[in-house]
Amino acid sequence: MKRRPRSFYALTAFFALFLVFLYGPTLTIAILSFQGPQGGLTFPMRGTSLHWFRDLFEQQAVGDIWGAFRRSLVLGLMVMVTTILVSVMGGLAFRKRFAGSGLLFYLIVTALVIPSILVSLGVGLIFSQAGIPVHWSTSGFGAQLTWTLPFGLLIMFAVFNRFDPAFEEAARDLGASPWQTIRHVVLPIIAPSLIGVALFGFTLSYDEFARTLLTAGSYNTLPLEIFGMTTNVTTPVIFALGTLTTAFSFGVIGIFLAVFWLMGRRRARLGSETGKPAP
Amino acid sequence: MTEQTASLDAPAAARAKPRRAPSRHAAGWLLAAPLAAVLGLFLVLPILMIAIVSFWGATEFSIYPAFQFDNYAFLFGSDVTYRVFGNTLKYALITWLFTLLIGFTVAYYLAFHIRSLTWQIALFLLCTIPFWTSNIIRMISWIPFLGREGIANSALLSWGVIDAPLDWLLFSDFSVILAFVHLYTLFMVVPIFNTMMRIDTSLIEAAVDAGATGWQVLWHVIVPLTKPGIMIGTIFVVTLVMGDFITVRFMSGSQSANVGRLISNDIGLLQYPSASATAVILLITVLMVIGILLRFVDIRKEL
Repeated sequence: MKRRPRSFYALTAFFALFLVFLYGPTLTIAILSFQGPQGGLTFPMRGTSLHWFRDLFEQQAVGDIWGAFRRSLVLGLMVMVTTILVSVMGGLAFRKRFAGSGLLFYLIVTALVIPSILVSLGVGLIFSQAGIPVHWSTSGFGAQLTWTLPFGLLIMFAVFNRFDPAFEEAARDLGASPWQTIRHVVLPIIAPSLIGVALFGFTLSYDEFARTLLTAGSYNTLPLEIFGMTTNVTTPVIFALGTLTTAFSFGVIGIFLAVFWLMGRRRARLGSETGKPAP
Repeated sequence: MTEQTASLDAPAAARAKPRRAPSRHAAGWLLAAPLAAVLGLFLVLPILMIAIVSFWGATEFSIYPAFQFDNYAFLFGSDVTYRVFGNTLKYALITWLFTLLIGFTVAYYLAFHIRSLTWQIALFLLCTIPFWTSNIIRMISWIPFLGREGIANSALLSWGVIDAPLDWLLFSDFSVILAFVHLYTLFMVVPIFNTMMRIDTSLIEAAVDAGATGWQVLWHVIVPLTKPGIMIGTIFVVTLVMGDFITVRFMSGSQSANVGRLISNDIGLLQYPSASATAVILLITVLMVIGILLRFVDIRKEL
């Protein structure tokens, strides 16, 4: 193996600093959330305790955060499932290069770059003018989809751009119907990337703030609830909540990555060697 | 390839069945229908609604349909507007510069200095994971660092670098830009890394064989080939910063303003028509910036 150039060590140091920059603050609030009951928002630690985590279970200290968590969870799952379905269908559609696909593509790009507050404001205005009350599961749901779908579709485009149509032709030649081709050939091949779409769908919805701000109605989602707390809570309880929900996010990400990894292993084990060049 | 198959299939299908198979256009639209519906209802319609309402009038408590240019006249007649738009562009430019420098360096390190694919993927994931966690929490987590009695100030005091705690660390333009760089560098790393991974290494070997130094390889081979990734990252960062309102509000302690905050303040006062007018101008500004950037890159080719 070639000797490492000197720049390697400088860049490694830079990368390490970057990781400290990325994770350091989160780690700090994780430590501070174990402050003693007299502790404040910064160091020094005045003892260690679970005091602030216990506070999370008391309504008067934090408001209805568990209700907000439940709503965010349900909404995240709704957005995730919808994002997968719509992205896969959209990905398949774009392969057909139908008339008007260019326009639809630019709409997807627009959804990605439009300032979130415009979606929030516009959807809120439509609902109020139509006399329909805004609710997280209707207007909030739709507004969040405009953020998660572009990511799902970009993943699908990347997947289908590398997809070998010979597999489908083979299935067709063997007499498979279009649906059978998709069900038994296309979907199993793209399944691992759907884990990625699901991950984006859930986490982006679970953490979304701006697009839900004017579209959630009277029942807050968790990010809205947390933001509300930043203006009137001045104790480490907010760090405890931040630590808990970040830990939850890490857990979700971990599960998705584990499923992705297991799928790859299963595939490597069961995959056929046919067609591969002899070793 | 596809066209060839189609032309082979067509006569055969015509002979076998009198019924014509649905055209690919119809099938395409059928599959894209849910997508088109969502984007139509929650993207196109809201934009149209904002455009319409921007001409409406407002009382203290309600808004009423009208066709007047008052909102725009007020917007363009006020010094605040120009200052706030200038401030927004300033944030975008400075954040872009820092995210580009950091993002490029990180992507370069991952793509060209890490030799095993497993490590590349692992370290890349380490960079992306924060993206899937809450932005608001990531903002809050700067408080213990930057506050008057925060880690940064106490460290600097104890090292004797400063005599009194610095006030400008938190709730200032500094903390706003720090938070932007913290939140959005990832949007540079991912596309730049993606393009770098597709660079044919034989091009770099050829440059080295021809006698190029490390810097020359970087500047004359890698940077030009990475331009599409840089452009996509730029589009992400610039639009996210320009459309932001929450980072500026939170990290500046409501002391600085950008266009997003102008809009959200109007919304808070129920002045939806004037919020809409500002939103229209913001959208046009963002689309113009993207239009310029898109001249340098074909996104569909880069996926």
